[in-house]
Order: sequence, then C-alpha cells, then structure tokens
Amino acid sequence: MNKQTTYRAIVIGASSGGLHALKRLLPALPADYPCAVLVVQHMSPHSDNYMTTMLNMASSIKVKEADEKEVVVPGTVYVAPPDYHMMVEADETISLSVDNKVNYSRPSIDVLFETAADTFGEQLIGIVLTGANADGAAGLRAVKNAGGYTIVQDPEDAESPVMPAAAIRLAKPHSILSLDEIIKVLLKPGFVLPL
Amino acid sequence: MEHQQPTPTENIELELLLQAMYLQYGYDFRDYSRAHIKRRVIHRLMQSGLSSISELQHKILHDPLCFEKLIRDLSINVTEMFRNPYFYKSMRQNVIPLLKTYPFLKIWIAGCSSGEEVYSFAILLKEEGLYERTQIYATDFNHDVIQKAKTGVYPIKYIKEYTANYQQAGGKHSFSNYYHASNDSVIFDPELKKQIVFAVHNLVTDAVFAEVNMVICRNVLIYFNRKLQNKVLDIFDESILPGGYIGLGSKETLQFSSLDGRYKTVDAKEKIFKKKIE
Repeated sequence: MNKQTTYRAIVIGASSGGLHALKRLLPALPADYPCAVLVVQHMSPHSDNYMTTMLNMASSIKVKEADEKEVVVPGTVYVAPPDYHMMVEADETISLSVDNKVNYSRPSIDVLFETAADTFGEQLIGIVLTGANADGAAGLRAVKNAGGYTIVQDPEDAESPVMPAAAIRLAKPHSILSLDEIIKVLLKPGFVLPL
Repeated sequence: MEHQQPTPTENIELELLLQAMYLQYGYDFRDYSRAHIKRRVIHRLMQSGLSSISELQHKILHDPLCFEKLIRDLSINVTEMFRNPYFYKSMRQNVIPLLKTYPFLKIWIAGCSSGEEVYSFAILLKEEGLYERTQIYATDFNHDVIQKAKTGVYPIKYIKEYTANYQQAGGKHSFSNYYHASNDSVIFDPELKKQIVFAVHNLVTDAVFAEVNMVICRNVLIYFNRKLQNKVLDIFDESILPGGYIGLGSKETLQFSSLDGRYKTVDAKEKIFKKKIE
C-alpha cells in the first residue's frame, strides 16, 4: 500500500449477495469518514429506495440515493438509483444516465468505476464484492490502470463467487480479502484514516 | 481490444472533437455531461478501429457518414412504451381531469427518440376522450429516430413488457387493440398518428416553436450540464402556457432552475409540475 497517497473516494460494486455484504460494511464506517463512497448494487429496475433507507438507518455514515449533479463529498455514501447508470464527472459531481445496459446491468459497476477512475485517478479505491456476473471486472482494471488501489472480496468468502473471480482474473487486484479484512483495511490508520 | 486509461491529452482531444462537430455540422454537445459523451465517443472509437479521438475528429470532418454514425451513438435512444408506468397513472389521475376542461390541447414531447412515449400518450389521451382535440408535437434532434418514430413499428420482442407497463399505467382496454403483429414486428394503429406532428428539433440550438399546455421531456435533461439544463428549461417555460404542465424523468427536477418557485409540484415522485397562473 502506498502511504503517500491520500484516498478521496471509494467505489464499491456488488451484485447478488451484495445487500448482506453492504449491511456489514457500511455500518462499520464512522460518520466523519474522510472518503466519499459510491456504491452500485445491482437490483431490479422497479425497486424503490428501501435498500438505501435501510442502509442509512443502520449506519452512522450518511447513506443516500444519488441525485444528478450533486457534488461528491467525504463522509457520504451515494447509492446508484435503480435503472440509472451513475457516473462521476471531472468536476466531482454525479451524473446519471439511462443508456443501454452494460453487462446486462443498469446501474453498471463498470460505468461507475471507469468514470470515477478518470476523475479520482490514484486517489481512488475500487472494491468488487459478491456477485453472479462479470460486471465490475473491466471497471476495476480501469481503477488500477489509473493508479488507484484495488480490492476484491475473496471468492471463498463471497456469497456469490463469480463476480469476484472475474474481477481477479481481469484486474489482478492489489488485495484479495474477506469482507472482515476489507473492513479492517478501510479502518486501518495510515490507509484511508489518518495515522 | 483494451482501451488505455484516459489521459489529460484525451480530454483535450475530446474538447476539440466537440468543437469540430459544432463548427462543421452545427451539433452542439459541448454542454453535455462529459463523462457520458466520453464513454460514447470511446465506444465509437473502438467500433471504428481508430486509435485516438484526434483520428476520429479528422474522419468526421471529412466523412459525413462517419459523423452520422457518431451522432447516432450520441443520441439517447433507450426508451419504452409506458416507461415508468406510475408516471402515466399519475398523469391520468392528477393532470388529465384538468386538461379535460380545455377545448383544445397542445402537448410537446421533447427528445421523443423513436416515439414509444409518443404513442403511449396518444393511447392514454384516446382512452381519456381527449385525443381528438389534442395536437402532439414530437421532436428529437436525431433525424433517424424521427423517421423511425413516424413508422410506429416496433420489435415484437418487447410487447410483453409494454403490455405489463400499459396495465400498470392504468390502461383501460386490451393493449393488443392498438397494434397488429406482423412477423417480428408490431404495427401500431395508424389512427394513433392522426394528431401527431413529428419534427426534427434540437433543444440545444433551436428556439421555441409553439405555445403548449404541457411539455413532456423525460430523461433528457440528465445528459446536460447545469447551464444547459437551465437554458432548456427556460425554453420549456417560454412554451408552457399559464396553468400548463411539465413532466420530467424520475431523477430530474426544477430545483436549482429559474422555474423553481413559479411552478407547483403536482406529483413529487413522478416529477410532474404545474405552472402557476400569475
């Protein structure tokens, strides 16, 4: 891990089994967490915002459904709305689109990861969690190519191993960790949090 | 083929490409969401086997056919009939009863793409007994999709989904009353086109062309930056008569625009607003 880098944003992609994982991960983050967190969780296009509301209630960090044009700030978790792709613009605002599905998904993890990598470069951490398809693999590779730090949930620890395995194959991430270990890294002094 | 990570040079190239498109062809994408445009341009790059945006710029300047392909890639063409059915249901419940008090109606569906929403509105208005006294203007900047919209022919593979949408939207009859199947397509009843004028109109570069009682523009503004959003909303405002309505996409809003305060919210979730009578 490069101690020189100040991480400013974390992107997380999850598919099947993701809700359980997010229910453990997000409540572990303190309200004043010094990074912005952007999440794509695959879901039905007809979902309401129940998941976001529930995650917000369970967490001290603020969890909200992303609005278009809102400025990404630390200490906030932005969840992609159902049936919209979520992108990060160069001015660090969020934009949404109803473009074609990518990897059969809208929102797509690749779309978020690629645009966030473009904006945050080496100040970005990308995390691919449990899932049953291959979305997120190309996105994680983009995060890595832009100099960001990449983590994939250990397929053996994931409820659904396909997505982590695909991301490991394509992106060759810096770390392959269990969910508990991922949480430890995100809270480790000198990584995201100050020493 | 693996696309290399975007570099600052690539951002300069993109800026120049958009400038070139505007100067040569009059299409202005400079105030579109840049992340979206970049993804689309890179997609075109990979499809055409070119290695840089500069090469693409050279090509579009000298080859109008290549430009046409790029325009097709940049236009927003994801749509469906009765997309977000509760929007239509809310229209029926909260807007139609008031529109029924008007002797004659004009509705502008802006950014109509291949027309699925236009036919949805035609069906809804027919069922509400309003169609015969309504004029619908359906516009898009993309010439190709307007041609497609005019045909009223759609792939049969989506019809199951559209039927479910129609029912959820409060449809009063059997959806199959409105079309007939032919091979892999469904052909919508030509009667539905009677009151529709399809036209090429660019929200970014063209002006208001009519006064209307309602503007429908869903999931178009999200592709624009704030400056362009405000400009386009001002165009809509100029077009909408006092007491008229505007319907937007589920993540779009009048907040932060000059219209905020002069419109009241009819349905906050379905993003339907009414212009106050001053």
